This record gives sequence, structure tokens and C-alpha cells, in this order.
Amino acid sequence: MTQPLLTLKDLSIAYRVGDQDTIAVEGASFDVQPGSIVGLVGESGCGKTTLARSLTRVLAGNARIAGGEAIFDGRDIMALSERAMNGLRWREIAFIPQSAMNSLDPVYTVGTQLAEVLIRRGGLGRSAARTRAEELFEWVGIETNRLGDYPHQFSGGMRQRVAIALALALDPKLIIADEPVTALDVIVQRQILDQLRELKERLGISVILVTHDISVVAYVCDRVVVMYAGRVVETGPMAATLTAPAHPYTMGLRNAFPDLASAAGELTPIEGAPPDLASPPPGCRFAPRCPFAEARCRTDVPGLDIYDGDHLAACHRIAEAETLRARAVASETWEAPA
Amino acid sequence: MKDGHDQDPPLVRLDAAELHFPVGGVVAQLQGRATVVKAVDGVTFELRRGESVGLLGESGCGKTSTGRMLVRLDKATGGRVEFDGEDVSGLTGDALKRFRSRVQLIFQNPFEALNPRFTIRDVLAEPLENARIPRAEHEERILRAMALVKLGDAGQFMDRYPHQLSGGQLQRIVMARALILEPEFVVADEPVSMLDVSVRAGVLNVFRDVRAQQGITAIYISHDLALVRYVCERTIVMYLGRIVEDGPTEDIVANPLHPYTQALVAAVPVPHPDQSHAPLPIGRGAPDPRNPPSGCTFRDRCPRAFDRCAVEAPGPTYVQNRIVHCHLHEPKT
Repeated sequence: MTQPLLTLKDLSIAYRVGDQDTIAVEGASFDVQPGSIVGLVGESGCGKTTLARSLTRVLAGNARIAGGEAIFDGRDIMALSERAMNGLRWREIAFIPQSAMNSLDPVYTVGTQLAEVLIRRGGLGRSAARTRAEELFEWVGIETNRLGDYPHQFSGGMRQRVAIALALALDPKLIIADEPVTALDVIVQRQILDQLRELKERLGISVILVTHDISVVAYVCDRVVVMYAGRVVETGPMAATLTAPAHPYTMGLRNAFPDLASAAGELTPIEGAPPDLASPPPGCRFAPRCPFAEARCRTDVPGLDIYDGDHLAACHRIAEAETLRARAVASETWEAPA
Repeated sequence: MKDGHDQDPPLVRLDAAELHFPVGGVVAQLQGRATVVKAVDGVTFELRRGESVGLLGESGCGKTSTGRMLVRLDKATGGRVEFDGEDVSGLTGDALKRFRSRVQLIFQNPFEALNPRFTIRDVLAEPLENARIPRAEHEERILRAMALVKLGDAGQFMDRYPHQLSGGQLQRIVMARALILEPEFVVADEPVSMLDVSVRAGVLNVFRDVRAQQGITAIYISHDLALVRYVCERTIVMYLGRIVEDGPTEDIVANPLHPYTQALVAAVPVPHPDQSHAPLPIGRGAPDPRNPPSGCTFRDRCPRAFDRCAVEAPGPTYVQNRIVHCHLHEPKT
């Protein structure tokens, strides 16, 4: 395997609320290979957005890195000075937010905003910036005559393309995209996802795609990292993780998702709700909702173990994953947690 | 639907219903520059009692506006909207009050739909008060509504406030509030789009089961065909204020007839690795509702458009058990 572009080692992030620390991300470890799309999946509050934002070091004022490192191209992002980090942003690591409206300034044309990044951050001359801006618009499928338009003159899908063009401006190696298609209609969503795949293939860019939608993961990702209540519970190649999940949470997510390509089947919810991270349960945090939980699950925290090659899961019953998968398919299994 | 033996009169009937909004301010109007957005532009369909129908389309297609006309949050600016044989736009006074208890809307965002200062008991008692249901019956009806939405341990929730409940629990309360007056017709506008995946299925199951048990007629508004398919046996697909296709959901999923529906079905991502990555059969560019193309409003994105599509808006064509608005499907004359 080639050298990873990014390696997270035991990364923890805490929020200070009142006089108490709440650990939003705890001991996250995974790799991002060059030229790959990694899906970071989980429900609201699982820490996926906090984790993604920490990689650009843009965190809320009450958040801090509580431990671990994130090695990007040989440097620990978390240990860089603010100045060094500033040098990395846009040039090496770029960010696409959920709503592009939040990243675009309504009073400047999109061309002006692109030029600003290219000239001030990229050191390009005015005419070189103009050429580059046109090239970027062509890449993301917007007509170049729209460079003179203001953000409000674009539809939601087109604005998201503008945000992608901005992120690509200085040829970054890694793009962090936080739910980039969640607010969009299915057709536009598909076109944006196709765009991301194409950029990966043509430019060799890596993408960390934060999403709650495993269909989106199935469509574009090479690998997947599943988070639950602040911890990574499963990670592996996309196809293996979705077809043969080793963690009961991932198994449950699969049952809860409608699938247009199969016969109309029953959807099964995962009963209960994720724990309050201010006072998480001991042991495995999924145990209170897990139909397969045993006594040790409620006391001992399971580590991320090898399930098969580079497919890992944090479950005490990982050795029985195949049996559990077979049981997880039946909706009765999920009715009353053990 | 053309069904042959629909002897019962429909519960809901839209006949060329329109909802047009003026855009542009006073100045634009004085200068004659003001235009209208045709949010709903000549929509015709009927709902039989007990039917569950999905209203499917992209944002801006008019599905929510249609829903708002159906519950009379907005009055149709043209055409007719009928409920149980009566013109909904003309309702006033007691007739309107009666209508409001027979027809309910379930909102998209449960986090905003409930008064934060009300306990769950207050939230559920409010519609009972409005409908002048005797106080003595409140407790029992509240408990029954909560059981219906599978909030079994009702005592545990009654005295809590909305912020103390999870999203899934809140949306069940929103549903309980809509169901407490035993409505005949419910319009649900993207009721699970704000919920996490793991709890979404539970809310959908409640919606589907209660609707079937109580024989409630329902419109389920969504942009997500996979969700519509889970709760609706029939689907109406809209594009730019008009209906493009109307028929049994399974048939639409398996064999969409309108070129727009074909693109919509192809665009839905599925949660497993082996799926087509073929380019969508649709042109780029979002339509501008202020300035729709002439003729068929889909023609500028349609891969199969021909001369006639620019000239003439396609009317309804019956194809098997479906209605399609597309020149490609019109009988050759």
C-alpha cells in the first residue's frame, strides 16, 4: 500500500460546556490514501462534523484537541502553528461546507471571490487568475460567463458547484466536504457526486465526505468510516463494509435504509437514541441499543480490531459477525434490545 | 385515476388548480415589470377515500404549494380544490372550522412545529380545546393518540417539554397531534427529512400503519422516491408546477414513462456497492420558475424533446394504468 496522505492516530476533541469537558470525538484512528474518497458516516451528534472541521483547525471557540495527532503529508496538523496552518488551508486542504451560501460572500461576484483566493492565497497575477477561474468553472460544469454573477443568482446546486470550484482553486491534495449534497435534490445530488468522482480520477484528489447517507457512500466512496457517539465503530473498504458489516450499528443502519433497487421490504428502526455525550454509558456506547449486547459490552470498551484485512470493527463479538449479520436481517431482532 | 369502477365520489378533487404568486415590488408593478410565479399551474387529480398518494418532485416543483392548497393554508388563485364535494376556497365560519378538524397537516420540522413552552399534554390538548371536545374526554383521547404513534409509556412524556424529547419522539408527538381529532385526510410534508436514519424508519412505520388502520386518506410530500414508495401505493410526479406522471408507485419505480421521471428514478442512490454510474438522461441546469420554457416546461432538459414540445404543452395521456403528460406517449393520429 502507498503512503497514506492523512493518518489519524487516536484523535480526541473535547468541548468545554460549563465547567465540564464533553468528549465529542474519542480516539479516532484511520487513514486516507491519495486519490481516494473516504465516507465519514454517522448520525447527528456522532462527532463526524467536529472531526472533519478539526482537520482544517476551524473549530468552535470552546473546542480543543484533547489528544492524538493527524499526520498530513508528514506534518501533524494539530501541532502546527496558526501561521503554518494558514499556509496549508486552500493550498493543501480545502473545505466544502454543507451550505455553500455560508461560504460565499453575497456582496461580491463569484468571479471576484475566486480571484481573491487565487491572487491573495495563490500568488497569481490578475490575468492568470482570470484564466484559472475560467478553467475551474469549466471543470465543475458552469458556463464561464457566469463568473460575473452574484451568489444569489445561482441555484442551490450551482452554488455547491461554485463552492467546489473554490475548494479546487489552489490544487489541494485533500478536500473535506461536510454533507455537500444533503440539501440538494436527487438529480443535482447525483451530478455533484459524479463531479467529485471525476475530480478524484482526473486530478488524484482525496476527499473526506461527511454524510449520514449510506447510499451516497455506496455511490462514490472507496472506503468508509462509521462513527457512533464520538467513536469510530467500523472502518473498511466500502463494498466489504456495506455488504458484510461487522458492527451491529452498521448492520442496523442498513436495515433502516430504503432501497429502490430491491423489492419493497420492511424498514427496521434502531430503537432508542444515541447517548448524551456529557454522560456516556461505560463500555460500548451502542450497547444500550444493541440487540446482541452481552454483560461485557456494558462494562468494557471494545477496541478497533481486525475483522478481515483492512476492515476493522470495535465490537466484542466481532468473531461472530457472520452469525450476527444473519440475525440482524430479521426485524424481530431489533424490537426489544437484550 | 381512470379505474373503471370508482363508484364512490372522490374525497379530494383538484381541477386545474392554480396557485400563482406575484413577484416584484410596487415599483416593478408600476413599471409593468412584475411577473407571476406559477407555483402550481393547472393541477388535476382525485383522491379516493383511504388512498395514500405521494407527491414527488424537486424543490420548487410546486408539491408543497399543492399541499398548502389542499389544507387551505393557501387559497387557489384559479381552478377548483374540493374536499368531500365542497369547494375548499369558499369555506368560512363553522364550515371552515369543521374542515380544519377533518383535514390535518404534518410539518417537516418537528423541532419547530411544537410550542416550546407547552408540555406534551398541552400540545395535544390544544386541538381538543379548539374543537370544543369536553374536558373530561381529553385525558383518554391524549392517551389513545399517543398509543397510536407508539409512544407507549405515555405517562413518561406527558409533563415534559419538547426540548426534552428526541427528534423521533417529537415527530411522533407531531403526528399524534394531527391524529387526535381523527381526521379523514392528512397531508404530510417531508415528515422525516429532519430525522436521523436510525429513527426515521420507526416514524415511517407509524405513519404507514396508522394510516392503513384508520383508513385515513393521505398525501405524502417528498423529493425521495424511496420513502414515497415505502408509504404510498400511488405517486404523482410534479415538475415546475405541473403533473408529469401519475400512477401506481411500483409501476413508476419499475418502468417510469415520462423522461423526467426516468431521470428521477435513475438518480436515486441505492445503499449497496453494485449500482450504475451511467450519466443521467437529463440536461443540466435548474429551471427558473419565473421564466419557464414554452410548451412542455421540461423540454430544455429533456433528452428526447422534439419540435412539438416547444410549441404545445402536453395534455394528459392515459397509458395502461397511468396518466402521462408527454408528447412521446400521445397516440399517433
